[in-house]
Amino acid sequence: MEKRLSIIVIEEDALRAETIVDGLREAGDHDIRVLAEVAGLARHIAEFHPDIVLIDLANPSRDMLEDLALASSPTERPVAMFVDRSDEGLTRAAIEAGISAYVVDGLRQDRIKPVLDAAIARFHMFQRMRAELAATRAALEERKLIDRAKAILMKARDIDEEAAYALLRKTAMDQGKRMGDIAQQLVMAAGLLSCR
Amino acid sequence: MPLTPIRLGYLPLIDAAPLIVAQELGFASEEGLSLDLIRLNSWAQSRDMLGAGLIEAAHMLAPMPVAQAMGLGPALPPSDLVMVLSQGGQAIAVSPELAEALRLGGHDFAFSDAMAAGRALRAAVNKPLRIGVPFLFSTQHELVRHWLHHSGFGDDISVVTVPPPNMAEAMAAGEVDLFCVGEPWASFAVENGIASLILPGIAIWAAPPEKGLVLNHAFVEGQPDLTGRLMRAIWRAGRWLDMPEHRGSAAEILSRPEYLKLPSELAERGLTGRMMVSPMGEMRDVPGFIAFNAGSASYPWRSLAAFFADRIARRHGRDPAEAMRRAMAVYRTDLYRQHLREAGAELPGASARLEGALATDLHVPAERGQMILRRDAFFDGTTFEPPFAI
Repeated sequence: MEKRLSIIVIEEDALRAETIVDGLREAGDHDIRVLAEVAGLARHIAEFHPDIVLIDLANPSRDMLEDLALASSPTERPVAMFVDRSDEGLTRAAIEAGISAYVVDGLRQDRIKPVLDAAIARFHMFQRMRAELAATRAALEERKLIDRAKAILMKARDIDEEAAYALLRKTAMDQGKRMGDIAQQLVMAAGLLSCR
Repeated sequence: MPLTPIRLGYLPLIDAAPLIVAQELGFASEEGLSLDLIRLNSWAQSRDMLGAGLIEAAHMLAPMPVAQAMGLGPALPPSDLVMVLSQGGQAIAVSPELAEALRLGGHDFAFSDAMAAGRALRAAVNKPLRIGVPFLFSTQHELVRHWLHHSGFGDDISVVTVPPPNMAEAMAAGEVDLFCVGEPWASFAVENGIASLILPGIAIWAAPPEKGLVLNHAFVEGQPDLTGRLMRAIWRAGRWLDMPEHRGSAAEILSRPEYLKLPSELAERGLTGRMMVSPMGEMRDVPGFIAFNAGSASYPWRSLAAFFADRIARRHGRDPAEAMRRAMAVYRTDLYRQHLREAGAELPGASARLEGALATDLHVPAERGQMILRRDAFFDGTTFEPPFAI
């Protein structure tokens, strides 16, 4: 049986790290370690001897990792190298997903590919999750704004909630804007008017 | 007519000025372009995004495409350096402990004489020296190694990579004793009381190419019109930047929140060559601290590619001859001629030259008339002869 692969995932965001690790576990029986920060990276790499290091493409510490991967003198075995140079397509897919993978020199392509494929899928999945979360938050914010705008209208014009809502919606339609935008303007204007 | 968008990656440094000025002052729109300037976090990110086609062009360290051509890096499509964006702009900083030892030894921090500074450093240091550079394949790395090697240092140095914005932090944490970085990050460290500046890059090598405009080979070959327009917009921005009266405005533009996001006074130091070299407020004037076009600064001499290739090959156990051959092919003097001739760029007669040979500025025949080649001597008199036959 082949030796288990040892993988280091460098990721600050705990939720994202978990998402990636879950994906990697599904892809095979690997020995995975997560580092939340890059401090002491060289030491961790020396201790753990990873076969693969996965890191966000935009992580500001990327260049330090390049150093670890390439700085070794010709006589030493490199700590890590880049994604197998034979597969340009895989490298490109990883970059597009926002990952960079550093792979120990000589590791076979058939052992790298499943790991990278899983990581790529998880990076995409997390991106979707984050986009959904942002959309949910925005929707929630908008609902709060609309509620406040309704309350302002109800008080100022002495109308009921339904009428206030209808007024907001009509104004938005007439101006070709979103209700959230109208509500925001109203809340802001009311804030200004009430200032003394 | 609608402008054609071009995505351009850059890192927050004063030498990103030609790209930012090209967009902000309309040199890009004059060529029918709109530059989508994308601020990046690392050089590796810039290289990877360019390789994957997520950006069309990148502000890159001049030795990076050389390393890429030598196969030191990921499997990405080949790229070309079509013009040099800046010359100089780096400074070498020392920790407060080292600064104190240097002062005790009588060093004056004149910030001009690499020979004297090297001697003083050699006398002040009695333990292995830890050095920070922004990237393994960088002009900073070559400058600092060259200087230390010719100042009597041997195996007692270790070099680590630190992203430019983190240099000051690394020094404050005691991780490096000395670093070489592009402005404004050396000044940033001085401003925060963390470092003293001992030399500008140009004191070691009078004309060190620092950043280049790098595009994918397939793009420059397949889109000659767009490539030419981009090059001309950036070249004109460089010409604007080289007028001394514009440097203050350039510092203002660069320092905006969407670009460097720093007080403009910091960017101004490097751009005007008026450097504060110590937290005590000592000022030094450094004429020509950074150049963009002047004196053929933007011309991508193939001999520069060969110089970097030779150094990198020797450190990484590669064959220097093969490395130089590959590297020279990616510095595109031919495209520089083709695309910048009509804009009025001065064009040298040759594509390669003996590097380090000019002790003073020199008038030479150009393709049309005459041009000035800027002094490019190394402080120790080193010259480098590229394989001209290629």
